[in-house]
Amino acid sequence: MTQQVAPPVQGGLNPPSVEASRTPALEVRNLRKTFRDRRSEVHVLDDLALQVQPGEFVSIIGPSGSGKSTLFHIIGGLTAPDSGSVFMDGRDVTGKKGLIAYMPQQPALFPWRTVEDNVLLPEELRGTQKAVARANARRWMERAGLAGFEKAYPHTLSGGMQQRAAFLRALMSPQEVMCLDEPFSALDALTRSDMQRWLLDIWEETRRSVLMITHHIEEALLLSDSIYILSARPGAILKRIEVPFPRPRREEILLDPSFITLKTEISAMMREEQQERGQ
Amino acid sequence: MRSWWSSVWPPVVAVLFFLLVWQAAVSIFDIEKFILPAPTAIGSEAVTGAAGLFQHTLATLQLTLIGFIIGTTIGLVISLALHMVPFLKTALYPLLILSQNVPTIALAPLLMIWFGFGMLPKVIVITLVCFFPVAIAALDGLARTDRTMMNYMQMAGATSWQIFTKLELPHALPSIFSGIRIAATYSVMGAVIGEWIGSDRGIGYYMMLQKSGYRTDRVFVAILVIVLLSLLMVLLITLLEKRLIRWNRKS
Ligand SMILES: Nc1ncnc2c1ncn2[C@@H]1O[C@H](COP(=O)(O)OP(=O)(O)O)[C@@H](O)[C@H]1O
Ligand SMILES: [Mg+2]
Repeated sequence: MTQQVAPPVQGGLNPPSVEASRTPALEVRNLRKTFRDRRSEVHVLDDLALQVQPGEFVSIIGPSGSGKSTLFHIIGGLTAPDSGSVFMDGRDVTGKKGLIAYMPQQPALFPWRTVEDNVLLPEELRGTQKAVARANARRWMERAGLAGFEKAYPHTLSGGMQQRAAFLRALMSPQEVMCLDEPFSALDALTRSDMQRWLLDIWEETRRSVLMITHHIEEALLLSDSIYILSARPGAILKRIEVPFPRPRREEILLDPSFITLKTEISAMMREEQQERGQ
Repeated sequence: MRSWWSSVWPPVVAVLFFLLVWQAAVSIFDIEKFILPAPTAIGSEAVTGAAGLFQHTLATLQLTLIGFIIGTTIGLVISLALHMVPFLKTALYPLLILSQNVPTIALAPLLMIWFGFGMLPKVIVITLVCFFPVAIAALDGLARTDRTMMNYMQMAGATSWQIFTKLELPHALPSIFSGIRIAATYSVMGAVIGEWIGSDRGIGYYMMLQKSGYRTDRVFVAILVIVLLSLLMVLLITLLEKRLIRWNRKS
């Protein structure tokens, strides 16, 4: 793993505060979605709304099956919502495809492409010169600990490495807003914390707008400017939390008493939510 | 190398054993040569008659290749058309399946009446037996595109041409090749049957000729040649597949 020294760029900046006057990079309003087939109806999203400011890192935490992946499919234009809309930079883009950099929950790497060719796919789709794309891919693969696997085929990689490749593919997508669907779920605890630190460095350097789904409260607190807690199905926003820790963040904040308090609060809230549904 | 050998010797031994039993049975029961010639008799006929068979083999191989290439191409074109125009698929796919209840070979005499005894009717027969396995396998492969990869491509804003060339086609390639492999063996069979029905050269013609002279040993040699032609076709396809599909599939 790259042992990065704290990048000097934008050192000590506070998270971009949410001012009403700014146009969010991504906003969804009043999303509702029900999947119907002949036999059953699944009410997945219920009046969901959230915002991601430009350069803001936002996480969504919610029980599984609460419609998080469906939300990303709606944002990406793949699934039509029953009602509600998606806005990017103030424009209504509901149903439009190709506007987000996306990392799916399953890596969905193409087995006939080498890892490198998978990573540069989004640039290839944009018509970027192959040589340029390849150089970019190489550079990022090295930083993600995938050096030496450029010419390997995905099925020869561990689940964790596949996820890193899928993450790089999203990172190399030219779109400004990144949507990451449980990016580190297949990683063991150690690699996971490595990757979190790595993502923190990369993100504090590049400051893209990120919307990330996770189950991991600590991960969300470490990385995010704000966190949305999602209810069980049908998914609706239970609470929005602003994470107060200054940037650049170091891992030491995991031990900070206020960090621990916040973490306990969130996990209590989620446990309560799950118990309520269980009855 | 060792593991290769350990998987090769059991079938080789089995074949040798079978030939031995055959040879023994023919001499013990004193079977007439025109009913069942001994393997050694077939072997010596193969050696002495090889020169006379060469031209016929070449003619059949040429016919097979022409029919196979045309049939496979038509199969691929049909599958692409049906894949890209969903309406065509709903309209024609059931008919395509139904059409296979017509025993294509039975059409051969009719084709001879219509198109004479030249190359054309035989090429049509081979085309008819070849296009179907290719078309069905290709359609199947194209329809089974992985959902999560498709979602990714769509959300990445890929055009339908990009989705076709970068996802659907490579994804369908192994399936397409399994169809082409079937077509390859069918094409040899189609060529031989075409030659049975009306021809003045080729292995099928040679077989008919020897059959009427009760030269069973020569019929066996002809069968051997047909088997070798089939194997050659499959080998060619496998080499092509190895070149085109470098990645290893897990399943
Ligand atoms: N295309 C679909 N058709 C029918 N039901 C679906 C479809 N996609 C998702 N669902 C259902 O919607 C619910 C939410 O799924 P998902 O968005 O994947 O949840 P999460 O990502 O939060 O775990 C699940 O019960 C799932 O079965
Ligand atoms: Mg999900």
